[in-house]
Amino acid sequence: MRLELRHVTKKFGDFIANDAIDLIVEPGQIHALLGENGAGKSTLMNVLYGLYEADGGEILLDGVPVHFSGPGDAMAAGIGMVHQHFMLIPVFTVAENVILGSEPTTGGLIDIAQARAVVREISDRFGFDVDPDALVETLPVGVQQRVEIIKALSRHAQILILDEPTAVLTPQETDELMDIMRQLATAGASIVFITHKLREVQEVADEITVIRLGKVVGHTKPTASQNELASMMVGRHVDLEVTKPQATAGDVALEVTGLELLDTDGRVLLDDLSFSVARGEVLAVAGVQGNGQTELAETLIGLRRPTAGSVVLHRAAEDGGQVVEDLTGKSVKAILASGVGFVPEDRGKDGMVAGFTIAENLILDQVTSAPFSQWGAMNMRAIAHNASERVAEYDVRSGSSSAALATLSGGNQQKVVMARELSRDLTVLIASQPTRGLDIGSIEFIHSRILQQREKGTAVVIVSTELNEVTALADRIAVMYEGRFVGIVPPDTPRHVLGLMMAGVSYDDAIAQSQGHETDPGEIMEGIWQ
Amino acid sequence: MSTAVLLDDLVTDHMRPRSWKLPIALSVFTLAAAFGFAGTTSSTAISQVAIVTGNRWLGTINLALPSLTSEIVLVAAMLCVTGSAWWASATRTTAFGKVRLGSWMGIIFGTCFVASFLLWAVAGRGASLQFTSLLSGALFLSVPLIFGAMAGTVCEHVGVINVSIEGQLLAGAFLAAVVGAVSQNPWLGLISAPVAGAVIGALLALFAVRYWVDHIIVGVVLNVLVTGLTSYLFSTVLTRNTAVFSATVKLPKWQIPVLSEIPVIGPVLFNQNALVYLMYIAVIALQILLFKSKWGLRLRACGEHPRAADTVGIKVNRTRVLNTILGGAIAGLGGAYFTVANGLAFGKQMSAGRGYIALAAMILGGWKPKGALVAALLFGFADNLQNALGVVGVEVPSQFMLMAPYLVTIFAVAGLVGRVRPPAMEGKPYKG
Repeated sequence: MRLELRHVTKKFGDFIANDAIDLIVEPGQIHALLGENGAGKSTLMNVLYGLYEADGGEILLDGVPVHFSGPGDAMAAGIGMVHQHFMLIPVFTVAENVILGSEPTTGGLIDIAQARAVVREISDRFGFDVDPDALVETLPVGVQQRVEIIKALSRHAQILILDEPTAVLTPQETDELMDIMRQLATAGASIVFITHKLREVQEVADEITVIRLGKVVGHTKPTASQNELASMMVGRHVDLEVTKPQATAGDVALEVTGLELLDTDGRVLLDDLSFSVARGEVLAVAGVQGNGQTELAETLIGLRRPTAGSVVLHRAAEDGGQVVEDLTGKSVKAILASGVGFVPEDRGKDGMVAGFTIAENLILDQVTSAPFSQWGAMNMRAIAHNASERVAEYDVRSGSSSAALATLSGGNQQKVVMARELSRDLTVLIASQPTRGLDIGSIEFIHSRILQQREKGTAVVIVSTELNEVTALADRIAVMYEGRFVGIVPPDTPRHVLGLMMAGVSYDDAIAQSQGHETDPGEIMEGIWQ
Repeated sequence: MSTAVLLDDLVTDHMRPRSWKLPIALSVFTLAAAFGFAGTTSSTAISQVAIVTGNRWLGTINLALPSLTSEIVLVAAMLCVTGSAWWASATRTTAFGKVRLGSWMGIIFGTCFVASFLLWAVAGRGASLQFTSLLSGALFLSVPLIFGAMAGTVCEHVGVINVSIEGQLLAGAFLAAVVGAVSQNPWLGLISAPVAGAVIGALLALFAVRYWVDHIIVGVVLNVLVTGLTSYLFSTVLTRNTAVFSATVKLPKWQIPVLSEIPVIGPVLFNQNALVYLMYIAVIALQILLFKSKWGLRLRACGEHPRAADTVGIKVNRTRVLNTILGGAIAGLGGAYFTVANGLAFGKQMSAGRGYIALAAMILGGWKPKGALVAALLFGFADNLQNALGVVGVEVPSQFMLMAPYLVTIFAVAGLVGRVRPPAMEGKPYKG
């Protein structure tokens, strides 16, 4: 089915999310929609899928204008969507999720046999290996995504929208998904692939449309170089390489021994982790979302109490000597005070108080100490002074430091969080997903600040699911899988080896496996890209 | 997708921490029975139990049990269950919850405990414990609870917390009584009861779904509203013209052939009025439809992940509104049991907090119709114990009897009986 969007416009109040967007997707084509977070890609697709109503323009399917008043209409017209956050009901089985909304029935009840047959048929056709009776919440993320694809295909989708489908996948799962996309395209489906990852675009797309600030800024072919694509996406020249000086690792600053964390049901979240981080070193914890990285960061900062093991800090004393401090089981306040900085994973939820002003957010952790507090009252002058300094230093773009933090863009919010955490003298910095959802400009800025800390001699722990970020910043990479470290490896470890390790394969096995594949040109290309 | 779920398969039994909660709780109950009941029973005492079978040939069975011996047998049975629970915890196998046999062990234990209490209470007294009326009284007191719990189950699965069950019961009772009295037709009264409940349900839906007001606050406000309104109308309109408004009408009792001949439970279950039969149908139908029908699947999708439901073309808020009204109608129908079903006149606040107990039954029943049915029967049974024991002349304070079901609820909700999960998005407005 041929999809054509003509001058589609979507406004939210005064904000124009999509400004007269034109897009043509031919049958059997994989069309990448490339743009930064917030460029308006998802909004456009939600308009196409009937979740939002367009303020202008029209949608044509095979040349016929259509109007959707809800997702039901879009599905009936042959459009399927795999959302970034899966639209699956965790407590339902695969079959129940697939048929929801278009249930086959016999005698008033759901015909579950037919539902299973539908799942099996599609699953077998594409080699998905999905059990129709499995509860969705027990399935790994990659399989859940296949359930989403089955769901779309079972409704005879001829146009498939994939919204940031690789965000939650391991590199290997990503490759498998790309194979599936090619299979679907060969079978005649039109695929709209939304992403901000350049490597994936080059690998799988037939056509590329780049969107910036709600406008189409260009069309290109996957033969364009990564730097060209990035420049189109951002609107200026960007340097994708992070240049960092040689590590000058000093003494050990953070020492973690036998760290173990169980949840209330006794399931192991952290499994006997031992590692140390030296001054001036970046340890990046890589892994697929949900393998214990979040819990590790939260345990280090004291938000969770470990069931076993210890966290010990070695910091410089005022007399020049060393102070050894056991942080295990201490309160967050005490841990922060002993020189640990923390950038939480979910900025909006844990990193800031959205309704507070920039100035207030900048002193959240020091509000009870001088000079921000005097005689039990807040010293507004000191707070304002601090805010103007930090805002200038961290290039926070806002009208005024008394604006609520919620009114700022994600990148500027993260700069405020970073400014707050880095304004103390740190021995250790723990940053969880420091650049998630940010534009390339902000990513560059945050990365440079993290490396600046490294040069100052701070021990840095970065938790990230983005392999690009991990390899760019790390001096050592710890790959985490199901609560344990599969291995701690150097940053020049090939991408596919890291990918295998993220699926639980040990370093030696991963190396051995990848050597067997050395003649595969695809693998070699990957090695070049990373 | 949480880590925990991913890790579940990986955790072997020896990694699971031992939970001693269950064996300790069972031990406490066993000790209470052994020392509190068996230990204080005189060795010569006799416990008399009368069982009216309702069967032509069996008639009434009068049992005279040697109290102490019976107590010892019951305590021994409880010890067996407790012992196996200790063993299960020590070896980290799942005794309760997952294994089918386990829940039966729980039922056996509970039955033995209650029996040991009853035999102890009537030991050495002249009068017999009326076993059959113990059951029929329990059912009588359970019917409104069951309707209320069904209403709660429907509403919560669609994502709306229905605290206004109390108000819906009361409104149903009121309208059924008035319509029944004015028309002199109990059937018209019965039909009007769900209408009253549905109106309250519609108000709940309006504020909770349309205007995103906190569901619990709206629910409580509606309860106060209905209590005030019915009390006002009762003391103004109804009492001034009792001849018209408080004339009582009553649904006839229907005896089901064959089934009502079953000894003991036949007369208890199958010689009832139409509303009780409707209750049986409602529980069975909801149990099947909620989990096996298109309606149920869509309804639960709205309560678990409304956005996902929206993306497959289900109108979430419309589904929520309609089913909240349906829930209100079910509770309203249950309200008729207070009045026309049993030929009683309306009285101020006659639902007496049963709407809240219904909510507790729904939770104890794990948000499932059959579970809620069992829980509501349990509450009705405990409520009825004071009547049954009063007849025999036992001076256990009735308040203690009334406390028992709530203690059970607290233990159950605290996770003793195994984890149950409410619908994920209940009480959260869907803003599209």
